[in-house]
Amino acid sequence: MEGFLQQVVNGITLGSIYALMALGYTMVYGIIRLINFAHADVYMIGAYVGYFCMTFLKLGFLPSLIIAMFVCTLLGILIEKIAYRPLRNATRISVLITAIGVSLFLQYGMMFFVSANVRTYPEMTGIMTQSINLGNIVISMQQIILVSITIILMILLQFIVKKTKIGKAMRAVSMDKDAAELMGINVDSTISFTFGLGSALAGAAGVLVGVYYNTINPLMGTVPGLKAFIAAVFGGIGIIPGAMIGGYFIGAVEVLVAGYGNSMYRDAVVFAILILILIVKPSGLLGKNTREKV
Amino acid sequence: MKKLVGLGLTYVIIQALIMTNLISYYLQDTLVTICINIILAVSLNLITGFTGQFSLGHAGFMSIGAYVCAFITMRNPTILGFLIGVFAGALAAALMGFLVGLPTLRLRGDYLAIATLGMSEIIRIIFLNLEITNGAAGLNGIPQFVNWTWLFIFVTATILGISNFIKSSHGRACISIREDEIAAEAMGINTIKYKVVAFVIGSFCAGIAGALYASYFYYIKPDLFGFLKSVDILVIVVLGGLGSISGSILAAILLALISTYLQSFPEIRMILYAAALIAIMIFRPQGLMGSRELSLELFGKLGDSLKSKKGRV
Amino acid sequence: MTILDVNKVTKSFGGLTAVAKASLKLEKGELVGLIGPNGAGKTTLFNLLTGIYTPDSGTISLYKDGEEIALQGLRPNKICSAGLARTFQNIRLFKDLTVLENVLIAMHKNIKYGFVPSFLHLPSYRKQEEKLVEDSIELLKIFNLDDKKDELAKNLPYGEQRHLEIARALATNPKVLLLDEPAAGMNPAETAELRRIIKEIRQKFDLTILLIEHDMSLVMSICERIYVLDYGMVIASGTPEEIRSNKRVIEAYLGEEVNNA
Repeated sequence: MEGFLQQVVNGITLGSIYALMALGYTMVYGIIRLINFAHADVYMIGAYVGYFCMTFLKLGFLPSLIIAMFVCTLLGILIEKIAYRPLRNATRISVLITAIGVSLFLQYGMMFFVSANVRTYPEMTGIMTQSINLGNIVISMQQIILVSITIILMILLQFIVKKTKIGKAMRAVSMDKDAAELMGINVDSTISFTFGLGSALAGAAGVLVGVYYNTINPLMGTVPGLKAFIAAVFGGIGIIPGAMIGGYFIGAVEVLVAGYGNSMYRDAVVFAILILILIVKPSGLLGKNTREKV
Repeated sequence: MKKLVGLGLTYVIIQALIMTNLISYYLQDTLVTICINIILAVSLNLITGFTGQFSLGHAGFMSIGAYVCAFITMRNPTILGFLIGVFAGALAAALMGFLVGLPTLRLRGDYLAIATLGMSEIIRIIFLNLEITNGAAGLNGIPQFVNWTWLFIFVTATILGISNFIKSSHGRACISIREDEIAAEAMGINTIKYKVVAFVIGSFCAGIAGALYASYFYYIKPDLFGFLKSVDILVIVVLGGLGSISGSILAAILLALISTYLQSFPEIRMILYAAALIAIMIFRPQGLMGSRELSLELFGKLGDSLKSKKGRV
Repeated sequence: MTILDVNKVTKSFGGLTAVAKASLKLEKGELVGLIGPNGAGKTTLFNLLTGIYTPDSGTISLYKDGEEIALQGLRPNKICSAGLARTFQNIRLFKDLTVLENVLIAMHKNIKYGFVPSFLHLPSYRKQEEKLVEDSIELLKIFNLDDKKDELAKNLPYGEQRHLEIARALATNPKVLLLDEPAAGMNPAETAELRRIIKEIRQKFDLTILLIEHDMSLVMSICERIYVLDYGMVIASGTPEEIRSNKRVIEAYLGEEVNNA
């Protein structure tokens, strides 16, 4: 039982990372129907920015986190402007391939500048090194901070989407771009904002992963990116609470498969879940089935 | 008739260049890569370009062909063993295509893309963990049977087979799905059947390509058949033009040559590749050929001039 | 002799009942109109008949050679093969294919060669393809489209696109043809041409036709019987004269169009 609870704690930690990333996928898909493959690499860049701030600028954890989120916001907006906006009216496959191109560009561009070597985040100090023991279950301070920050960011996001004007614009554009435009909503800037918001969350996830797992490299985004996307699909793509639920679900599954099954197969299990959902309920847990109008 | 002469000529010229050592070993590798990529691209074009089903898992089917052929030829290193290996590999890939395609091809657009991606990752992870595939280290010392003659036979068969197919009523049924799935169904086309058919034929050819790869490069490992390989193939298809077989052939040749020249700058190779991908999508999303085809005479001429250039290198 | 029997078919989308217990019968060889205000559920009914939607309840039966075929729940391609073909309100041609290819695709069920001949272009392939092309051109002649067979469908003028859609539906060799607003967007001359075509194909192919149309003069002049749909329900049926003087119909249309016709 304690072993199981320990796994649950670890699953929640990992799930937080997936949930943060899944939010970016789901928002972008919701608004322009694009699987933004480059999202995973924004997360990677976020991790590097955090690393740079902590190692070379000797900044603390929180300032580094905020700087990384800021840089990623700009990066996300830039990517949308340069690569996706010219393709607003192109076929879905063109935009998807562009996204793959942007992803490769960021990965190998990063490799060129910082080399393919694995980097190690600096040792944490003070409160970040402590942990709490509940019986035999160990919860580290890092885990608590990671999960708390995730929850704070998610509440903030819900607030922005539900209560602010720009959030209303986002929801309008994701429902009907043309109608939103006719109602005087600036579609381009709303899409930019969505990219920025999603990228900020990815940047935060990058720094949190760096702190928690210590090592980062230019290809670190690919696999978590795919899993986060699967989490978004699981919850119902385009639906923000769905992405959160999906993230925690995938995190839990992965940790449990690694803990009780064969850890080599944990990625395969996640992909199998994906295919299963797509076959059984492609609209996801919270999604509604839609049918093309004839 | 002209077709046959053109084909015969292409075969003889390249065979002569190889025998007179005008095509070095290194260039032979490029030649093999081109041929294998042509098979992969033309078959993916059937799925994505003609039938309109977006697959991101072609490398997965290729890996099945490669591993099955490797097993068989390593236990039976004869020419017969090789041929059995190629066909067994292709059949195994086709079977997998059928099993995967039947449930997932009901999905549309990028859902299908992500499902096929997931499927090919599962295949890769299984090869990575099985004992008989020797895990991440892969299989080494696969008997080498592939030479220009075999390549030529398989490439020609793939190109002719698939271009004949799309000119048949079955092929038109596939194209109608790409054009308008609902209208196609309303006109009596069994869209599920034809999507699966395109997928199975495509996987069969990908299996052949994998088998040829294993037999020529005599070393395979799961990482060779990852997501990046699927993207590679997709890029050839899109660059050449969705729905253009000659486009796929041209793009396969072009990309292989570019990649050969960029070999000396490995660190910027992928950056340029990625930048080119984005630029093509922004400035020429229909690819080199759109959905048009080069006429054979024109293609023969162009092919010859390309080949003679290569001979001089 | 009844050829198509639609019995109490119902379809709801969420809270909205688009078609409510609609029943109608087509006798063999009839030309029947289906009219009703916008949003009355006419196209939804077509979509139910052709399998694009599955009815929540009710039955749809097609009688062919004395046999009853239950159509509800079948996939669209099966329904088409059973002998029910249609056109679409918002033209759904294979835009980037040629006129000929559009018709050839609809003739797909006529071919008998398998996959192997299609890879190798064996004699059986050649013979059947030649026949298929011949038949297609023959069909296109009725619509004066034979000399445009190599043009892309999207490059045809609007009226001809509508004609091509009818030709394509005919290529599936139907017993019953459903036309969804074939005259929409046509000028009077084009409508007159359409009227000629409908009459000609009806005789030539021994068809039963069900026609959705807003052009009342067309409906009233060519249909033998008319069904009126409103809020998903059949509110009236009968000859054009009966419909013209039916109170509920006049109410549904606010007394405008039906009187003008």
